Parts: sequence; C-alpha cells; structure tokens
Amino acid sequence: MARYFWLIPLLPGASALVLLLLGPKLSRRWVSWQACLTVFLSLALSVMGFVHLIRAGHGAGGLAKTLLPWIASGSFSSAISFVFDELAAVMALVVTGVGLLIHVYSIGYMADEKAYSRYFAFLNLFTFFMLVLVLASDIVLMFVGWEGVGLCSYLLIGFWFERPAASKAGMKAFVVNRIGDAAFIVGVLFLLVNVGSSSFAAINAAPAAGLLGPGLVTLVAILLFVGATGKSAQIPLYVWLPDAMEGPTPVSALIHAATMVTAGVYMVCRLDGLFSASPAASSVVAWVGGLTAVFAATIALVQNDIKRVLAYSTISQIGYMFLGCGVGAYAAGMFHLVTHAFFKSLLFLAAGSVIHALGGEQDMRKMGGLKKLLPTTFPVFLVGALAISGVPFLSGFFSKDAILAGAFAGGHYALYALGLSGAVLTAFYMFRLVYMMFYGGSRATHHAGTAPHVHESPSVMTVPLVILAVFSALAGFAGLPVLLGEKANWLGRFLEAVLEPAAHHLVASTEVGLILAATAAALAGIALAFVFYRRRPDLPDRTVRAFPGIHRLLVGKYYVDEAYDAVVVRPLVIGAEKVYSRFDLGVIDGALDGSAAAAAAAGKGLNVLQSGLVRDYALAFLIGAVLFLGALLL
Amino acid sequence: MIPPGAFLLVAAVLFALGVLAFFIKKDLLTQFMAVEVMLNAGNLALLAMAKASGLAAGQVIVLFVITVAAAEAVIGLAIIVLIFRQRRTIRTDELKDLRG
Amino acid sequence: MAWAVFVILSVLCIGSVLAMIVSRNQAHNALFLVLAFSCLGGLFGLLDAPFAAAAQVLVYAGAIMVLFLFAIMMFNLREPAPREKRRLRTLLAAVLGLVLFAELAVAGLRALAPGSAPPAGPEGLAGLGRLLFTEYLYAFEITSLLILAALVGALALAGKKEGA
Repeated sequence: MARYFWLIPLLPGASALVLLLLGPKLSRRWVSWQACLTVFLSLALSVMGFVHLIRAGHGAGGLAKTLLPWIASGSFSSAISFVFDELAAVMALVVTGVGLLIHVYSIGYMADEKAYSRYFAFLNLFTFFMLVLVLASDIVLMFVGWEGVGLCSYLLIGFWFERPAASKAGMKAFVVNRIGDAAFIVGVLFLLVNVGSSSFAAINAAPAAGLLGPGLVTLVAILLFVGATGKSAQIPLYVWLPDAMEGPTPVSALIHAATMVTAGVYMVCRLDGLFSASPAASSVVAWVGGLTAVFAATIALVQNDIKRVLAYSTISQIGYMFLGCGVGAYAAGMFHLVTHAFFKSLLFLAAGSVIHALGGEQDMRKMGGLKKLLPTTFPVFLVGALAISGVPFLSGFFSKDAILAGAFAGGHYALYALGLSGAVLTAFYMFRLVYMMFYGGSRATHHAGTAPHVHESPSVMTVPLVILAVFSALAGFAGLPVLLGEKANWLGRFLEAVLEPAAHHLVASTEVGLILAATAAALAGIALAFVFYRRRPDLPDRTVRAFPGIHRLLVGKYYVDEAYDAVVVRPLVIGAEKVYSRFDLGVIDGALDGSAAAAAAAGKGLNVLQSGLVRDYALAFLIGAVLFLGALLL
Repeated sequence: MIPPGAFLLVAAVLFALGVLAFFIKKDLLTQFMAVEVMLNAGNLALLAMAKASGLAAGQVIVLFVITVAAAEAVIGLAIIVLIFRQRRTIRTDELKDLRG
Repeated sequence: MAWAVFVILSVLCIGSVLAMIVSRNQAHNALFLVLAFSCLGGLFGLLDAPFAAAAQVLVYAGAIMVLFLFAIMMFNLREPAPREKRRLRTLLAAVLGLVLFAELAVAGLRALAPGSAPPAGPEGLAGLGRLLFTEYLYAFEITSLLILAALVGALALAGKKEGA
C-alpha cells in the first residue's frame, strides 16, 4: 500500500480542484467532509509509508515514483517524480497530521464565514503544493511547490480581501517572497548549468564529484538560502510574516507556523550535501538564524497583539532551526521543526479559540482573567507555552537542547550564547502572554450595555487543540539526548539515513551541563515574567519609562519596514508610475490610439471613392481595364 | 480586298468613343446608348476576325449578341422608366443611393 | 471601289457617334445613333456577313433605337442635359479613351499578324443556318427563351399598375 505514496499530494489537490470549481454549489457538510477526508487519507498513506520505511530498515526503504515526463530540453530533463525517504516522511507526516487537525479546527472557526468553500479550497490547494514541495525528487519540481505555497499563502492571507489591510498584507507577502525566489532561481540556474541535472541526489553529490568548485558551491548555497529567508521569514526578508496575521488564525497556524515557513529549513536539509560542502555558506545560515532568533524575540517582548507575538516567535524559532542546520546538526534542526509545528500551531489555534471566544479581540491589554472562563483552552495554551519555553521533558526542551548542543559541540560558542539568550527571551515573552491573557482581573472593555459573552469553543475546535497539546508534550521523547544511550535519539538515527550526521559529539558531562543551562534559562525567563506581570505589575511601565528609546525601537520593530519602504518600495513605485505615464500611456497607448486614428483617417479618405455615382464606379472599371489590357499587351 | 485590320481599327475607335460618351454624358439614357455603341463596336471586331480567320463562328456569335442586346435594351429601358417614375429624373448625378 | 464605300461608311459612322457625343439633345442623340448603326450595317455587309448586316439594320437601327425614341418621348424632358462642368473629368475620359484605343488597336493588329491569306470563306447563309441548328443549337434555343423572358420582364416591370 505504501507504493501509492504518490497519491499523498494528489488527493488534496483533487479536492482543491473540485472545491474551486464546484464549491459554492456544495453543501457545507460536504465541503467539510471532503476537505478533511482527503487530508486524512493523505495522512494515512504517509503513515503507511512511514511504517514501511521503519520496517525496511536504515536507508533501504526509500520509495520513488515517476508520474509524467515534464521537461526535456537539450541535455536537461526533469520529470514529475516523487520520492519518499525518511526526511520526506517526517515532513509529510507533519504536513498531513497538523494539516488535518487544522482543517478540522477550521470547520468550527470558519463556521460563520460566507466564503466557506473558497477557504477550504485554498487550504486543500496549499496542502497539495506543500506536499509536492516535500515529496519532490528534484529541485525544479520542489520549486513548483515552493511557488505554489507562496501563491496559496497570498490567497489565504488576503482571504478577507475586502479589508484593505488584509489585501495589502497578502501582496506584501507575495512580493517579498518573490525577491527571495529570484535569488533562488538564479541559484537553481547555476546548479542546472554546472551539474546538468536537477535531482537532489545529483546536486548533493556534485561538490564531491568536482562539478562545483568551492566558490560556486558557496554562491549557490547562499543564493538558495536567500530564497529560504524569504520563504521562512528570516533576516532580511521576514517583514511579511507579522503582517500575514491579517489572515484567518488557522491559516496562521498552518502556513505561517507549521508548514510553509519551514519549507526553507526543509530545503536546506534536503541539500545538506551542498551546504556541508561550503563552510562559509553554512556559517551564513547559522548566523542569520541565530541573529534572527534573538532579533525577533526582542521585538516580541513589546507587542500587544497576541498574533503578532506569536508571529515574531515563529520567526525566532525558525532562526533556531537554521542555526541547527548551519552548524551541521541537520537532524536537530528537523527535530525542532517537528516540535515547533506542534506547539506553535497549538498556540495559534488556542489563540484563535480565545479570539473567537472574545468576539474578535486580539489585544492582550484588553484581556485577562480568562483562566476560569476558558477551561479547555487555557490548559492547552499553557502546555504550548511551556513547550516553547523549553521547560524540561516537554518537546521543545529536547529539540532546542539538541540544537544548542550541536552549536556548542561544533565550537560555535558565540552562536550558543545567542541561542541561550534567545531561550530566556522566549520564555519571558511567552509567559508575558500567558499572564496577561489568562490571569488577573479582566481588563476587557465593555461596549455600552453588552458584556462580551465569553464562551468556550465548540469541540470541533477544542479536540484538535488537545491532540496537539499531547504531541507538544510528548513528541520530545522521539529524540532524547544521546547521553541516555545510543538508541535514545530515535529521530536522529531515523533521519541519518538521509541527512549528514552531526559532525561533533559531546562528552556526557558537557551535555548535562548544557541541559542544566537551558533549563535555567527557561525557568529564569518564566520567573522574570511572573515578577513583571503578576507580582509587580508596575514594573513593566517603570522599565518602559526608564528605557524609552529602546522601547520605542522595539515597538517600532527596529523601523525595518519603514526603512524598506523608503529605500526600496517608494523608489520602485515612483519609477513604476513614471514608466506608466511616459511609456505605457504615452508610447503604447499612443501607438495604439495613433494606429486607430490612422485607420479611421484612411477610411475617411477612402470614403471619397464611394460617391454613390455610377459614373465614378465606371471610371474605376475603365482605369482597371486599361491597366489590365496594358499589362496583357506588354 | 479591304484588310480586316482596317475594320478592327474602326471598331477600336468606335469602342473608345463609346467609352468617352459614357463618361461625358450625364443622363442615364444617353449613357445607355453609349453602351450600345460599345456593343456594336465589339460586333464589328468579331466579324472582322471572322472574315480574317474564315471561321463562321464569329457571325453566329454576332447574331447572338444582337439578340441579347435587344433583350437587354428592353429590360434596361424598363428599369429606366421605373426610375423615372419614382424619381422624376434620369440624371445620374442625382441617383446616388449606392453611396457607402 | 470597295475602299471608297468603306471609307464613306466608316467616316459617317464615326462622325455620327461624335455628333452624338457633342449634341445635348437626347432625341438628336438617338437619331444620330440610328445613322451610326445603319452605317455599321453597311460595314457588316462589306465583311461578307449579309445576315448580320440585315439583322443589324432590322433589329438595332430599326427596333432598339425606336425603343429609345419611345422612351425619350415618354420622359418628355424639356431641358437638355447640362454641359459637363468638370473639365478634368472630360480630359481624364479623353485620355483614357485614347489609351484604350491604342491598346485595342495594338491588340487587334497583333491578333491579325500571324494570319496569312484567309482560307476559303464561309459557305454563306446556308452554312450559317446549318451552324445555328447544329453546333449552336442550345444557344439558339436559350436565346429565344431569353427574349421571351425579357418581354415578360419588361411588361412586369414597367406595366402600369394603377393605384398600386
């Protein structure tokens, strides 16, 4: 049955097609069932494939299937073919598993939405493209998926397109992604020219085979990574992700937490052969990741919209994943990708539940005291917060520790320090969120006469939350630190079938030390948040007053958006307007109107010939006859 | 014997004169007459060639031409009468409904 | 002798046509044409085509032109057609006419060039009759139908429909 793994992307794709064409005519029940069932089937197939891989043993069970020949140009050819190896399996499980839970959650969340079928059509479409990206066997097909998820992201961010903010956010996401994609394409072109093939196997083997010189490897790797910074929202192309929160919350959970934004990490892991071959590129990856992790965390400290906090948190956590990949610990990066998918989507969905319960409120300064009012949402949110903060034994603890251990083991102490400080910040801002939302008295503003009717969400929304919470808590046990025995890091060994193994290993004592340090960091962050937001509620304001400049900088997100706007956007817009007025209106429209006017003038001129007088027509005959005779005679 | 070429020349002159007449005259009837002149010039040429080549076909054709020209003149005149009845004029300058 | 007849008839014919062009009175035009057609009949005779000559005089000069005269009488136009105002048009027509004449002349003379002495002439009227009823039988019959159709058509078109 695992042979049919290639149906995994096609089932949601078919569903998307049906929903796009017939959606409005189908009943809501049908739409819900169809959308969720297809993802469920994909999940089932992924599980079967996964089991098959385990049974087949280390690296032996990779499945491949070519569907259609596609490009055949000169010596280069690429077919539409999928591959299901360990790395793809992990990603497919995450995408279909978390995807299914979010599809189900959406049934409840979008229950009042008019364009119900359009939403699910896009959601299915996204799942299709993401799975194409994940299962592609060569970089060109992966790029198709890459672009496709970008498109779906645009469609879903701007789902409520009647709102100008949403529509602008969608465009911003697409355009910024495009910039990254431009670099990506150049990188792919270099690869195609030098390697001659687009398959991952060929690319990963190319540096060793001498097809790519060291300079070229670094260049290509960095170009591809720039594409990844766009897709995965790292410095410098992260600016679209916070704005993307204009979309429906389940979309934020699925696309902008669990799956699409992790595509960049997946890409780097897929091409680990390429990145390992270039220490320069790897260190770029690691440093961008590390700096982004801290940078985004600092911004998250002062945001008041819960979705914004989570957005910057996502940017920060993906930074960790790239940090892991950059130092050679690819399996650790993937591990964090998996755990992050669980707890971040959990946090988003729970936040969505809160927003839904409060009738649309997203500002945490207006929340508080929700602990008792939302008895299911609160505990799961807490689990997610604990997980992301790296509290021991929850999933985030293990995955984050794996990354930090990898950094430390490779001798990248500066990066380790960055990661550790990021951990403190993470714990702090997450628990700031928790305390402000769920504890204390209610600061909700009451509109005249109507108190908001705060109610727990329906079970179609809470059940996925609980499932995600369970995974967030327990998933860590898939990748226990090696110090507990060789067999402990199950996920790592599973992935090693495909990924380059981590280069360095630590002595047990160092590892214990690192674990303790990480735990301390997490607890410190939580404690600090407790002090600031429970014990001494005046402290936040006093701190702000003490450091107004820094606070302004952080609230203004380091003014990066404004800088981009001034340096890049405005000149382009002005230039485009000039081109439009001079060239488009002047030249092209002028030529068009001119030729139309010329045709009309010609017509008017020729109109003289149609005088209606028989005599003139006869004259024309005569002239023709004379000429004709002349021609015959000559 | 008179060479057939002479007759052909005369026919050519007559034809050209007929054309000239058609273009100079402004009333329908006279223009129609000019057409008849042209037809006759053609007849003359046909007969000249019949004499020159010895084939009797030329004379047969001329016969038919005369007959058909008669029929055509009848119908043409009937139409002109109709036009006159409706428009009270036969000046071609004033009959320009074909204007595009 | 034959030359003299030829020249007289040709000059008369061409002169009548010229007069027709110049004259602005429709009745005069028609009468000039009668003269022209008659001369043409004579020319046909010079070409050893007696039947054609007779038909020309009988049908053309006799019937068709009389039809024209009847039509002119019916229109009863008082004022003659105005003089052609546009000089350019006349000039253009004249030039084109001249060119046309030249071309026709050249074409005609070329057609004659390879011809040697004409072979034995046609067998005269009897031969003509035989041709009409053998080779050209269909044309002959259809032409008679044509005349019938023209007759009926003319009646249908121009027959007076009182109070229609």
